[in-house]
Amino acid sequence: MKFRDEYRDPEAASRLAAAIARTVTRDWTLMEICGGQTHAILRYGIDELLPARVSLIHGPGCPVCVTPVEYIDKAIAIALTPGAVLCSFGDMLRVPGSREDLFAAKAKGGDVRIVYSPLDALAIARTEPARQVVFFAVGFETTAPANAMAAFRAKQEGLKNFSMLVSHVLVPPAMEALLAAPGNRVQGFLAAGHVCTIMGTREYEPIAVHHRVPIVVTGFEPLDILEGVYLCVKQLEEGRAEVENQYSRSVRAEGNVAAQRIMREVFEITPRRWRGIGDIAASGFGLSEAYRDFDAERRFGAVAHDGMENNECIAGLVLRGEKKPPECPAFGTRCTPEHPLGVTMVSSEGACAAYHRYRGARG
Amino acid sequence: MTEFSLSCPAPFGEGETVKLAHGGGGRAMARLLETLIRPGFGDAALALQHDGAVFDIDGPVAFTTDSYVVKPLFFPGGDIGTLAINGTVNDLLMCGARPLYLSVGFILEEGLPLATLARVVASMRDAALAAGVKLATGDTKVVDRGKADGLFVNTAGIGHVIAPEPIAPDQVRAGDTVILSGDIGRHGVAVMAAREGFGFESAIASDCAPLTGPVLEMLEAGIAPHCLRDLTRGGLASATVEIAEAAGVAVALDEAAIPVSEAVASACEVLGFDPLHVANEGRFVAFVAPEDAEKTLQILRSHPVSANAALIGEVRAAPAGQVSCRGRLGVARVVDMLSGEQLPRIC
Repeated sequence: MKFRDEYRDPEAASRLAAAIARTVTRDWTLMEICGGQTHAILRYGIDELLPARVSLIHGPGCPVCVTPVEYIDKAIAIALTPGAVLCSFGDMLRVPGSREDLFAAKAKGGDVRIVYSPLDALAIARTEPARQVVFFAVGFETTAPANAMAAFRAKQEGLKNFSMLVSHVLVPPAMEALLAAPGNRVQGFLAAGHVCTIMGTREYEPIAVHHRVPIVVTGFEPLDILEGVYLCVKQLEEGRAEVENQYSRSVRAEGNVAAQRIMREVFEITPRRWRGIGDIAASGFGLSEAYRDFDAERRFGAVAHDGMENNECIAGLVLRGEKKPPECPAFGTRCTPEHPLGVTMVSSEGACAAYHRYRGARG
Repeated sequence: MTEFSLSCPAPFGEGETVKLAHGGGGRAMARLLETLIRPGFGDAALALQHDGAVFDIDGPVAFTTDSYVVKPLFFPGGDIGTLAINGTVNDLLMCGARPLYLSVGFILEEGLPLATLARVVASMRDAALAAGVKLATGDTKVVDRGKADGLFVNTAGIGHVIAPEPIAPDQVRAGDTVILSGDIGRHGVAVMAAREGFGFESAIASDCAPLTGPVLEMLEAGIAPHCLRDLTRGGLASATVEIAEAAGVAVALDEAAIPVSEAVASACEVLGFDPLHVANEGRFVAFVAPEDAEKTLQILRSHPVSANAALIGEVRAAPAGQVSCRGRLGVARVVDMLSGEQLPRIC
């Protein structure tokens, strides 16, 4: 525990908060990319330790939240196909599709199994050769290497009953899309430390230069986030816009080269739809030509889906950092974790869920 | 957990399993009771062969029931049998009662190895002896293969109320001290690790245990707790929120004071769980008047099951129904019940 407590030390936190307060002379709006960071901010009340001039808005880095509704519908349709097993990470199961979620599909008799790794799904495919096993491969660059490895092994072993429903997304194109959007408020980013552990920091440099925006690669502990904020406002105050690495205990400039190699082997860059944000060119992964046989969308053919969203939910505005969850009129009243209108209230990394969990129904 | 061994030559064949006939009320069922269940319970059972148990109890009685459906049946630190005894014993203790008699209802799935049943029965005997209760009456049913997860157990229990004052959420008042009997989250993490095979199973054993020692000593020492609550599913968070809502008070917890073992804290980090939401089977919170706090802590700390007892917070008048937790950085957050099931996160 020593290792973690070091990054949660109250005295070091107040020293950093004081340094931020001394540095800031103007109003600044920063966005933390990752939902894990959002939850740490709310859990530890980091926003309350910052001077009023520094505002944190919450980014799109919740993999469950940005998975498009039509993919939830496809996963449900596959789960309800006789002979099919749909394997998913646990926190996808409560995500609302057009009409229902995967829990409802399970209750109807669909074979939905929670796994902790895509390799668990592969193991099910080996032990149950008569069933078509589909792994729901979602997430950012963090989950992509393990998912790629599952497809790689399946191909090596010649497994005929394993495939993946892929909806992988990438962080840098989303940052560019947010910066290019009219009404963008983001002046500096806290980039997601785990994503950069895989990908390195170099792909962020053109974004910092082109958009004149500081990007600080930041960890997930309270002191990481406070230090990330400090480095970011320092750059802003000094008129710099650089890529800086706060999370150097995990992130190297070149990233994890072996992980990148397996991702390049199995995936190719494709356009992707982001739930709540829309279509972004070259913003995700799909299976490359050599792995098309493992594509569940191909194996199961065109799967019917509605792609309908709840009209009242402002998850899109939340994911784009345009609104904070308590600004939603439904927050804590018509939308709660028990009866969510949108996915940001459901996911363990969703911003609405974070506010509801740590600040209560009034946010 | 003691290793099961038969005290007489094996009454059933190796590899023998539960058949539908074992629940049919005929010879097979009689044989199961006579050769496995009754001898298995041994000293822990009243020697009755009748439709029910008859006994005298003076004064107020507490009565409770619970059903147990845990998967897997066996996990580090316990099994479905120890849970079924300790869970009901602890519920009686939380009512301020000395647990006396339990009933045991088995629902067995066709195909369950009799050796598994014998192991559970032996655990129940040991747990009942350790908790000082007698198994007074029982029932066995068998359901078709696929209709139950191996076996389900229901226990009901009665106890003699010895607390001088009522113990209930609505007795909690502003100014009360909140005392937690030990570190939290062991049971939930142990069961999940055993179920899913994470590879850190050996590090964490369930806290499943009877709370008889510390609770009875508290009551016998004249402490009048305003409320006692054992922490089960939903963890410390659900228990305190339920009490705050029922009592119409606020509960302010101090995160730094809440004991969490390093192994549980690390597992929760990895899985994205808040230890406050994770299940326990051998922990309780006591809401006591501030003048009773020190003595309560002393008594709890003198029993191995509650050796790590800690003062974790206090009751305030407002905001009614709200539990807050002061975090390590000094900022308070709201604590709510878990919504839905606990689901491990993606990354």
